[in-house]
Amino acid sequence: MRRRAFLLAGLGTGGALFLGWTLLPPRQRLRGQHTPDIPVGSGTVALNGWLTIAPDDTVTIVAPKAEMGQGIHTALAMLVAEELDCDWQQVRVCHSPIDRIYGNVAALVDGLPIHPDQADAPLARGVRWLTAKVAREVGVMMTGGSSSVRDCWMVARQAGATAREALLSAAAEQTGVPIAECRTERGVVVCGTQRLCYGSLAAAALRQRPSRVVLKLPSQFTRIGMPTRRLDAREKVEGAPLYGIDVSLPGMLYAAVTLPPVLGSRPLHFDQQAAMARPGVRAVVSLEGTRYGDPPGVAIIAESWWQARQALSALAIEWSPSPHAALSSDGIMTTLREQALHGDGFAFRRSGDAETIVNTPGARVVESLYEAPYLAHAAMEPINATARITRDQADIWVGTQVPGFTRDAVAHVTAIDPSRITVHQHQLGGAFGRRLEADYAAQVAMIARAIPGVPVQVIWTREDDMRADFYRPAAATRFRAALSPTGNVRALVVQSASQAPFKALSQRVGFLPTMRGPDRTTAEGTWDQPYEFPAVHATHAEVTLPVPVGSWRSVGHSHQAFFLESFIDELAQQAGQDPLTYRLALLARHPRAAMVLRRATDAAGWNTPIARTNDGTLRARGLALHWSFGSYVAQVAEVSIDSAQQSRVHRIVSAIDCGLVVNPSGVTQQVESAIIYGLSAALHGAITIENGRVQQGNFHEYRPLRINECPVIETHLITSTEPPSGAGEVALPPVAPAVGNAIAVLIGRRLRQLPLRLSASGERA
Amino acid sequence: MSQAAPILLLVNGQEHAVAMSEDTPLLWALRESLQLMGTRFGCGMALCGACTVHVDGVPARACVTPIGTLAGRTITTIEGLQGGVVDVVRAAWVDADVPQCGYCQSGQVMATMALLQQHPTPTDADIDAALVGNICRCGTYPRIRAAIHAAAQQLAAAAISAPVPDSASTPTSVPASPPPSSTP
Repeated sequence: MRRRAFLLAGLGTGGALFLGWTLLPPRQRLRGQHTPDIPVGSGTVALNGWLTIAPDDTVTIVAPKAEMGQGIHTALAMLVAEELDCDWQQVRVCHSPIDRIYGNVAALVDGLPIHPDQADAPLARGVRWLTAKVAREVGVMMTGGSSSVRDCWMVARQAGATAREALLSAAAEQTGVPIAECRTERGVVVCGTQRLCYGSLAAAALRQRPSRVVLKLPSQFTRIGMPTRRLDAREKVEGAPLYGIDVSLPGMLYAAVTLPPVLGSRPLHFDQQAAMARPGVRAVVSLEGTRYGDPPGVAIIAESWWQARQALSALAIEWSPSPHAALSSDGIMTTLREQALHGDGFAFRRSGDAETIVNTPGARVVESLYEAPYLAHAAMEPINATARITRDQADIWVGTQVPGFTRDAVAHVTAIDPSRITVHQHQLGGAFGRRLEADYAAQVAMIARAIPGVPVQVIWTREDDMRADFYRPAAATRFRAALSPTGNVRALVVQSASQAPFKALSQRVGFLPTMRGPDRTTAEGTWDQPYEFPAVHATHAEVTLPVPVGSWRSVGHSHQAFFLESFIDELAQQAGQDPLTYRLALLARHPRAAMVLRRATDAAGWNTPIARTNDGTLRARGLALHWSFGSYVAQVAEVSIDSAQQSRVHRIVSAIDCGLVVNPSGVTQQVESAIIYGLSAALHGAITIENGRVQQGNFHEYRPLRINECPVIETHLITSTEPPSGAGEVALPPVAPAVGNAIAVLIGRRLRQLPLRLSASGERA
Repeated sequence: MSQAAPILLLVNGQEHAVAMSEDTPLLWALRESLQLMGTRFGCGMALCGACTVHVDGVPARACVTPIGTLAGRTITTIEGLQGGVVDVVRAAWVDADVPQCGYCQSGQVMATMALLQQHPTPTDADIDAALVGNICRCGTYPRIRAAIHAAAQQLAAAAISAPVPDSASTPTSVPASPPPSSTP
């Protein structure tokens, strides 16, 4: 009894605290505890955590999001500049320090397994509100989940508007002109006849405390919505040293690593003396591997990277036997198929009694099983990091999507207090989700601490990068649809199976280390789509396998969209309907989805005859629609099959509705980017495992699309007043099914496995 | 280190003594010894083109070119491109908003410079042939194509004759290459 009373009292106190916390206003995101880097004595002033102003009027936007190609620095600068009313020619961008104010709120809210149609229901609103409030408290910096513009849409504009008010107020104070009679004009405050540059006002503005800040109405925007060229294009065509791999420090040494050839093995013996005798070698470091996912192995530190790399062979490592030595892709796919059919799945959606309808004796049921392989990220810049570790201080120079977890990983390895660890953020030579991991931070810390005080740069080979990745999970999904006599769907049952990428990542980096609930990223793309079926039951069975998995551009959507949109075409065929007409009929209450479909198909000439290719071969069109990260994308692919039985994609027409578009040029670029990344995977991409070994190592075995295979791409942006939604990943999911649906028209049969290979060798029966 | 005499490399018009073994790929000599970071490591097997430089005006993959083979050769990197043609090419790249992550773009520009020397007004097939070895994972291919066409048109319109040496100013210790025939 006493124990129970104690527990109840505790609960009561906790509940009261919780209630009190919910009544507090959400934690602010404008001013952090860590100021952006400002050169001492430069006179530059940080008016808040999002911008600095220099005496020469240069405005530097402090970006908490990693620039990895997606153009976010330009978009964030546009948000701040819109409200700040500064001169665009004077705008620069730098990466922010680590601070709670930069924590990603939008991505956490998005990770909730709430159906988009129910997002505004009272309970869902409450859960979303609570998650957002918690996210502000936790403050996890993360660039990913197509969340950056959504995450900063309000706060970056508030930062600009607040700074502008402070500048106005400072100018009014200096000139004696009432503030109501002062206005701003491209980096200048105009007070009557006097014109005061922002740079001259910044120091005084710092003392102002603007009380009431009003954001512009969208109709007042002059920069948001204008096609704006990237701020970083010039330095990128000049070969400027922007990336982590370009870091060069006095006395810096280089390290190369040997990682296990078989998943799960570790070095038993190696010849340290022989390696040390090689030219330039300064240290040999045994790598234990940590919970961050960096595998065990051996590193060699040398005066040049080539020396380190050449010396690896002298190690003559004997590897331990691995419990996974018999692991193969064939076996994995068998497991996934079994789990999809018979596994204990979590129900992401249950509306109506779909199972019963599908299982009713005599029901007309269409059934298909789809499969996808593992995929590597293969960003152009191979994994690398530079660190300098002393007894009680550490610096790490990296390109990362998660600077806070990167710091944690260094702290984990070195036991140095995080407050004495500095993460120097660089641009990323691509990431696509790979750099949401902190494995390479843990590894570089382990290597660099072998020579204290000396900076060491670890560079992985392409083979290391491809064989020690956190892959897009392999997956299998079975669909069963019960049809009416006219071919309409009465009920849809979806059962998928794969490993859980977000759960795996969370455990590695220590974010939700004991996540027990469903992992939305496994099944997203099946149960959250806008199609209006009378009854749906969508489940996912999580499978545990020794292959490391992680977030790969568009994550679950990347394969589930292929599965579902291919199956929708199968259903249209069953109903004897055109794929466009069929889809539109299922979207009566989803006008945004219907709109992108109409726009893409109109632009592609869906209902017009299609010309043959120059050599007389047939072309066909395929269509796909997908919702992800809050945005709708429809695509039409034009495909032919050449004499070598290779499919050739000629043209892809997209329509995208991602809410209000901040930078039309940036969104268009991202649509093109996602299409080409997705086409690489759809046509060629597969990481396979044989006897526990990843079989692909370099670009001849894992083929990215090249310029000669690149289709003509046309992108149409839907004008919208909805708040901005995702853009970086959303055009990827529809690519594979659009191409697959065109191939099905051409060959009269359905390819249900990725990649889309026409030859028998690439297909299972 | 069992270093022999330093190897002399002529890079962007200047001679550099590099204290690395002769099997060292040029890529690492450029990045570590000369601090020229624009030439990038992507694959190490001449598969991706991120490390494209010009050796005697011809595109070469620095990741598989041992420095021991480069005595007396003229090497040009992205940092050493000069003249009217590259100015137009870079401007076309910026205008067409080509780069995304930008990591491969040095190689793309190096390949394009060599292409425009051979084909001042390249067809799509010429572009494919010249740039098929340069991988871009961000998917900038359509804009690269557009930028090359735009640059070629501008060069033709401005009558900046194409065979401008894209190498740096006249090298000091090799026979002079043809003088620049263009004005920016």
